[in-house]
Amino acid sequence: MSFAINSTRRTLVLLLAGLATAAVFAQAPDWKKIRIGVEGNYPPFSQIAPDGKLAGFDIDIANAICAQLKADCQLVQQEWDGMIPALNVRKFDAIVASMTISEERKKAVDFSDPYYDVPSRWVAKAGAFKDATPESLRGKKIAVIRNSPRAKFVGEQYKGSETLLVNKETDVYMELAAGRADIGFGSSVVSGEAFLKKPEGKGYAQVGPAVNLGGGAGVGIAIRKGDDALREKINGALKAILADGRYKTMANKYFDFDVSPNRNQ
Amino acid sequence: MIDWSIIAGSLPDFLAGLKVTLGLLAISLATGLLLSVPLAVARVSSNPWVSRPVWLYTYVIRGTPLLVQLFIVYYGFAQIDFVRHSALWDLFKNAWFCAWFAFALNTTAYTTEIIAGALKATPHGEIEAARSVGMSSFSLYARILLPSALRRALPQYGNEAVGMMHATAIASTVTLVDLTRVARDVYANHLVTVEAFGTVAIFYFVLTFALVGLFKVAEHYGLRHLRAQTERSTVAISGAEMKTK
Repeated sequence: MSFAINSTRRTLVLLLAGLATAAVFAQAPDWKKIRIGVEGNYPPFSQIAPDGKLAGFDIDIANAICAQLKADCQLVQQEWDGMIPALNVRKFDAIVASMTISEERKKAVDFSDPYYDVPSRWVAKAGAFKDATPESLRGKKIAVIRNSPRAKFVGEQYKGSETLLVNKETDVYMELAAGRADIGFGSSVVSGEAFLKKPEGKGYAQVGPAVNLGGGAGVGIAIRKGDDALREKINGALKAILADGRYKTMANKYFDFDVSPNRNQ
Repeated sequence: MIDWSIIAGSLPDFLAGLKVTLGLLAISLATGLLLSVPLAVARVSSNPWVSRPVWLYTYVIRGTPLLVQLFIVYYGFAQIDFVRHSALWDLFKNAWFCAWFAFALNTTAYTTEIIAGALKATPHGEIEAARSVGMSSFSLYARILLPSALRRALPQYGNEAVGMMHATAIASTVTLVDLTRVARDVYANHLVTVEAFGTVAIFYFVLTFALVGLFKVAEHYGLRHLRAQTERSTVAISGAEMKTK
């Protein structure tokens, strides 16, 4: 009987001690260890290479920031629609997943300075549409990734069209190729790299001009609200990478045009 | 802590998702039950040319995850030219049809095995009795084997129905906005976990209890003959006692 009480008490003490240590560790991170959430379904920014490893511009940027900060980084793959919640429950400390900086997201997370900026584009069977105005797409089915600024834009501006909300950016082109959608709306870069330049994309083309949704806000690295020290560190690292040519070298691997932020200013 | 306004605001979406979940479940289970009765009879056939193909079908379907089966139907069939360039495509183009097709195929396999098992467990005496009064194989199945086996399969089939209801969540991966997809959208748009998945868990919980309750009622009436018949046997005994007196 007394043994039982003792062992319970001991367990309690151990538990409390454990909690206390955990609290101390959680209190003042020096950001020598950073866990970064990435997506993996957004080529050429984020994808699983044939060898099974994560690769892409987002991944390179994340690694370059870590190298600059001399931090020990761990990349954590996370599905797109759970990205911000996972950040806020501390599954990781920063999101490098081509996340467009938007007013709505700013309510839930803080953003670094933008690290790239590319417009959105319409893609459909070549010759199917002469432009992508709401009138031209009336009654047609538009594939677009759900829970995104693009889905919001389509929902607000293309009320006469049907929308097919897909779970991943690459699904936009899969559904388009499968004939389940008439036209797709996605990142100008992803549609090119993941679809138009590939055999599956033969016979498909961009429709109309590029569309700028973010109002020039660009794509940033999301961190938890109030992690100002981490934001300052990331911004400093981004500046250094942009300034010394590392950014250009990385970008040239993937793009034949300028994707750098604030290039219009 | 819980933000009730988010739950209240998304209730219409959850109800719309509930409709999709229930619709998928109903058409899948109905198809499954309809197909599995003849398949189960074939499965227990002594002719291997009849029983082996059914065995192979249930073996393959039960040996692969439902998610994989749905992906093959939804994404895989779209890549097969034969499907793409035939009238079949009008069907498989539709996410609803794909989900129904994959779910029905899956639950049919499990239900076939459940009913086949119940058929095999029929007491020999019942079959001998039926034969001795000169019943044909058809009447034997129609009057003795199937009515009895289907009743005895009820508890297991109830499990399959509940399992299938939970499995409909997989439809959310192929653009269908079922309960689970609504929860994930609420989660992504409002960045809250408990409000999104807690609410959907309660929906599934209530659905499960309703299904379990339905099967309990069905078992109460369908399996009356297998229950301990205390009341009736007392009457019978006292009747017997009356006679001896």
